[in-house]
Amino acid sequence: MKVTGAEIFCESLRHEGVKTVFGLPGGVVLKIFDVLCQRKDIDLVLTRHEQGAAHMAEGYAKATGKAGVVLVTSGPGMTNIVTGLADAYMDSVPLVAFTGQVSTDLIGNDAFQEADNVGISRPCTKHNVLVKDVNDLAQIIKEAFYIACSGRPGPVLVDIPKDVSTAKAEFKYPDKVNLRGYNPAVGGNKNQIKQAAEEIMKAKKPIVYVGGGAVFSDAADEIRELAEITQIPVTMTLMGLGSFPGTHPLSLGMLGMHGAYCTNMAMHHADLLIAVGARFDDRVTGKLSEFCPEARVVHIDIDPTSIKKTFHAHIPIVGDVKAVLRQLNVILRSMDGNPAQIKASRAPWMEQIRDWQKAHPLTYKQDDKIIKPQYVIERLYDLTKHEAIVSTDVGQHQMFAAQYFKGSQSRTWLTSGGLGTMGFGFPAAIGAQIAYPERQVLCITSEGSFQMNLQEMVVAAERKLPVKIVLLNNGVHGMVRQWQDLFYEGRYSASLLGKMPDFVKLADAYGILGLRALKPSEVEPVLKAGLGHKGPVLMDIHTDPYENCYPMIPAGGAQHEMMLEDPPELKLAKKGGPHKRKMDEGEGVLPA
Amino acid sequence: MKGKAFFRPDELFRMEHIISILVENKFGVLARVAGLFSARGYNIESLSVAPTLDPTTSMITIVTVGDDRIIEQIMKQLNKVAEVLKVVDLTETHFLDRETALIKVHTKPEHRDEAIRLADIFRAKIVDSSASTYTIEITGDVEKVEAMINMLQPLGIKELIRTGRIAISRETTHTASPRREPALLKS
Repeated sequence: MKVTGAEIFCESLRHEGVKTVFGLPGGVVLKIFDVLCQRKDIDLVLTRHEQGAAHMAEGYAKATGKAGVVLVTSGPGMTNIVTGLADAYMDSVPLVAFTGQVSTDLIGNDAFQEADNVGISRPCTKHNVLVKDVNDLAQIIKEAFYIACSGRPGPVLVDIPKDVSTAKAEFKYPDKVNLRGYNPAVGGNKNQIKQAAEEIMKAKKPIVYVGGGAVFSDAADEIRELAEITQIPVTMTLMGLGSFPGTHPLSLGMLGMHGAYCTNMAMHHADLLIAVGARFDDRVTGKLSEFCPEARVVHIDIDPTSIKKTFHAHIPIVGDVKAVLRQLNVILRSMDGNPAQIKASRAPWMEQIRDWQKAHPLTYKQDDKIIKPQYVIERLYDLTKHEAIVSTDVGQHQMFAAQYFKGSQSRTWLTSGGLGTMGFGFPAAIGAQIAYPERQVLCITSEGSFQMNLQEMVVAAERKLPVKIVLLNNGVHGMVRQWQDLFYEGRYSASLLGKMPDFVKLADAYGILGLRALKPSEVEPVLKAGLGHKGPVLMDIHTDPYENCYPMIPAGGAQHEMMLEDPPELKLAKKGGPHKRKMDEGEGVLPA
Repeated sequence: MKGKAFFRPDELFRMEHIISILVENKFGVLARVAGLFSARGYNIESLSVAPTLDPTTSMITIVTVGDDRIIEQIMKQLNKVAEVLKVVDLTETHFLDRETALIKVHTKPEHRDEAIRLADIFRAKIVDSSASTYTIEITGDVEKVEAMINMLQPLGIKELIRTGRIAISRETTHTASPRREPALLKS
């Protein structure tokens, strides 16, 4: 029996095990939405903006490891998800985006709501395809999910013209893909792995540097095993957080631009760098010519293009992180002598790291007048017993969260790393909450980022999703303001947000509980009340607009040359400098 | 001349590479391949595309310039594209390359003999003529084509069109000439 393209679409999704689709309807996808609403097995989450749908799907995918699915219309529907696609591409998030397209006979005619979806999305998708014949639809969908989820994951876009969704064809879901040009590597080269093991046993000052690839490959157990049998300290990139417990004695937390002092110093002095599913991003390396100058480099990554892209590798290993680490650990165990001996041999190195840690720990000063953002995150970390799924937006609050919220599990840290997309955090939290209705999901955000996708509050409200929005409201684009203070003589060009909405009233308008904390003493009661509330909550917490995030490697600086506190001239300015007064006069200052 | 025709001074000492890319013969594939170059600021010096014996595949021949790191990255990025079936850097092996140029030269009466003589020396053909021009077709490796262009310059070239290079690997067992080193570029 022949069925329509729309039915083939829905049946194919069912075969892929898709339970949730994030989207928004429009003219050319009406047939698909019409079939979708008559089925009970796929939940359509109606977002209020397509960008929200893309980020929700990302949050869903990051939290579950399964592909997030987006369904939007042609033209503006598609262009609105471009940011989400680019974000997913940078952070290797498996996403399958279905976009409507005008009928095949109208393509290229500048038809109503037409855009070149495949052309626009080409540089920000792993793969994309325009379906021209309904007979190909099922095969293309099968391949889309396979490509999105295998190898280095990424977004795939499938463009479905209106006449393809209405045309009829026999439906049989293919059981295998037919892609002769796509065979991602799995296991690494045995010889290379053996060499890596030998380097590890020889090294005096080794360090493991873990990136997002370890999260996607679910390699947390293998990393822990590697660290424990060899007693090597582990640092994580922003994307890798959670893949190794932040509270583990061998954990050095995050590295890079806002990484801890001891972590960056350890990187700088290491004699062996074991890079695991990481890509030597500029926010990690700083000045490349002075990055890890003494280290031999073992680089494990499933994507060959990540290897030797920006930094050299002495022992490149192309393969799935989990599979390679398993092989590596087996060899290490067979080489391994006495665990006590190994620990003893690492003692001087660990002691050196502890000394750095003691010299310059992460620090802030909380007084009784103004709330420090770090304090809020530390309290939140304690009150949630370290177990929540945390999504963040982008900026200072994100870095503070990365420093102070020491995640213990993979897939509990959802953040926009590569693209740095403000507006990602809140929809991503909704996506994660939909995937895990019973778990506690926090969205740590700020007034700047939150206002970029706040319309999705209505989704949280109507579905009673208990997302806890912790809004660190300092009235400024904090990271921009910090850079302006440090590098632009305090000229606050467009970083003071000026007129600010009343977020508590805004939450109320959307049917969400709003709470506010203005003083340090109010932080804990507000957090407790918010976390204890059954439904969605927005906690508007007014924090210090002058707080800067340290340590900091200025862009392009060497990793061991960190700024650890405000430079003297800035300290002076803060005590009555011109830009201080400007803020105090009311611009960007919070409503009482 | 070769250096001047192809390369800018900031690319001193970068190598020229001829990359053969076997791809699915589908729309959009060329755009994705070309996009890999443009997105990274790598230039394509010449490009040629045509179907192979198997009509479901096409062969793209790209001449590009870069140091080892850039070429390695280009090769890896190309291999990553789902529709790309095979990527070969021919400059790593023994290969033959050819290019065709159509050159329209001004032919004042006193220059006609010279044009005919040059075409003869280079085994080129005069494929069109008018009262004031000859159009000469030449096929050969890049040195030959550029030598021909150089020789015709004094006569006055009215128009010039080149196909871009195509290349094929030599069967190593019958190789007549030694491995050709990629040209080290000096301006």
